Amino acid sequence: MNSFEFKKDTLVLKDELTIINAEAFLNFVSANISSIKKENKFSIDLANLRTIDSAGVAAIDQVIDSLKKSSIETKITNASEKVQNSLTAFSSLELTGKDFVKPRKLGYFEGLGDKGFNFFDNVKYFIYLAADMFFWGVVGIFSKKGQRKGEFVVQSNLIGVNALPIVGLISFLVGFILSLQSAQQLRSFGANIFIVDLIAISMTREMGPLMTAIILAGRSGSAIASEIATMKISEELDALKTMALNPIKYVVLPKLYAMTIATPLLTIFADIIGIMGGFLIGITYLKLSPTAFVDRMAHVMVLKDIITSVVKSFVFAWLITIVGVFFGLRAKGGAGGVGRSTTASVVTAIFMVIVADSILGLLFY
Amino acid sequence: MEKIIKIKDLITEYDGRRILDGITLDIKENEVFIILGGSGCGKTTLLKHIIGLLKPVSGSIEVFDQEIVGMEEEDLDEILMKCGVLFQNGALLNSLSVGENVAIPLEQHSNLDRELINRIIETKLNLVELAHAMYLSPAELSGGMKKRAALARAIALDPLILFCDEPSAGLDPITSKAIDDLLLQLKRQLNMTIVVVTHELASIHRIADRIVFLDQGKALFVGTLKEALASDIKEIREFFTVGRFE
Ligand SMILES: Nc1ncnc2c1ncn2[C@@H]1O[C@H](COP(=O)(O)OP(=O)(O)OP(=O)(O)O)[C@@H](O)[C@H]1O
Ligand SMILES: [Mg+2]
Repeated sequence: MNSFEFKKDTLVLKDELTIINAEAFLNFVSANISSIKKENKFSIDLANLRTIDSAGVAAIDQVIDSLKKSSIETKITNASEKVQNSLTAFSSLELTGKDFVKPRKLGYFEGLGDKGFNFFDNVKYFIYLAADMFFWGVVGIFSKKGQRKGEFVVQSNLIGVNALPIVGLISFLVGFILSLQSAQQLRSFGANIFIVDLIAISMTREMGPLMTAIILAGRSGSAIASEIATMKISEELDALKTMALNPIKYVVLPKLYAMTIATPLLTIFADIIGIMGGFLIGITYLKLSPTAFVDRMAHVMVLKDIITSVVKSFVFAWLITIVGVFFGLRAKGGAGGVGRSTTASVVTAIFMVIVADSILGLLFY
Repeated sequence: MEKIIKIKDLITEYDGRRILDGITLDIKENEVFIILGGSGCGKTTLLKHIIGLLKPVSGSIEVFDQEIVGMEEEDLDEILMKCGVLFQNGALLNSLSVGENVAIPLEQHSNLDRELINRIIETKLNLVELAHAMYLSPAELSGGMKKRAALARAIALDPLILFCDEPSAGLDPITSKAIDDLLLQLKRQLNMTIVVVTHELASIHRIADRIVFLDQGKALFVGTLKEALASDIKEIREFFTVGRFE
């Protein structure tokens, strides 16, 4: 049973035309389009149509509009009062040309130029922001005005203390595995004792700072970015500005200080735990005596290794914070915007940490 | 009365889309000035320009006889310390309790001790009938309560000018009247100048001294409530008749 029927130049609709069969109606019309075009006139008889909804009206309007393009006028006949009311209420015929302003789409090269321009704009803003944070970071040490009281302690706990277990676990595993992989090679040369050189230097100079920074980028960088992005989007930052407060001082500084203090401490902690992983391999698998291990370590570790560790961790802490704040402040457009800035901040922070690590590695080589 | 805010030929855009197209108006000391207009016509945008949150394409805005367009941040802060702002959605800091939110301006811009600050917070929260919500977090408040808490924060420092973006939207008529009475009290007792965005006819009748009616980026009408009621501009007549019970 079909509720559409085609008689000569008239389409007869029966029962109902709703969201359920509107598509079928359109298919039916396009199947019969050639005979409609032959007749050169067309009407739709609605005498037996009981119900129509906005989808049905839109479908009829679509047929009317498309036939008009082949200069065929469509006549609607015998609509009951109820159906006629729906036809008037939902009519989409007069809409075309009304102001549904679509933003102009950029051409390919225009888009490319726009991207490039945006990129440089972002770089410029990033540098301004870094300078701003550095300035307030230094000024803020001497003047507590405009900073949120007690927030530094809260942030230090969140960023530093709460990260101890995960940083400890990961550095232990890294130290342990690193030693295990090399131990076999060393043992075949009878150079067991050199495991100490290997693990002490690689942990302090490279793995300790790097692993800590990557964990912090994922853990605290994302928290910074998402918190600031949320504050931006819900106009909390604007509200602070109207209270004559600088959001950098009020919101960012406590986080910056907490990162600056926590990262080096966590890094040294990671160094120690990582070396303990190596120690475990040394005294079990390589059968070194604990005293031999410690003696050797005192011999090979120089101050420079520890300084490298700390300097790197300072740089990473600032990079992670600035990147998080940058993406937080650039967030726009609702909850989705917060998610996008958080993701971007983690990816960018990890990337920049690794690039900075390579550069510092070359400098301190 | 002195003119406390002077706006001249203000033109503003969002990403190249013109929102305000040459607004000129003055706001006088100690009056309640109402910004009217259809949804999305740029009332909030106008407000944000007056408090320097947004930069206009061109035009001038003087607050306390100082040009704020292109002003240095520190100078703008000086001016903002004398202004209170109630945002359309409240904009309370979600990580702080209601009481702590009201305390922010007091803690940051005064050296009062904690006990005194607490006493002030309690008075202000009491004024907006939120004494019981002092230790709740903003997430635990209803929409109307958020607005009232934000109003308490806006008047924490007894500002000279108070900006309110739809203070009574989403409130029941009784609370809405209480807010209006509070605004009038602030105007009379503290000589505040109050700039309000609102659509509530009842509220306008209660508090308005002068009105601007925005339409398609222009100030269609600036004048007293009486003049507005007698105006023969079609949009304004419509506004004042459609909402009224007959
Ligand atoms: N952040 C923004 N980015 C782009 N366009 C915006 C932004 N904020 C507002 N607009 C646009 O500016 C115009 C005016 O917005 P505004 O918020 O000032 O309206 P309003 O008069 O306060 O409306 P309402 O009564 O609904 O609060 C709107 O057309 C809106 O689309
Ligand atoms: Mg608004």
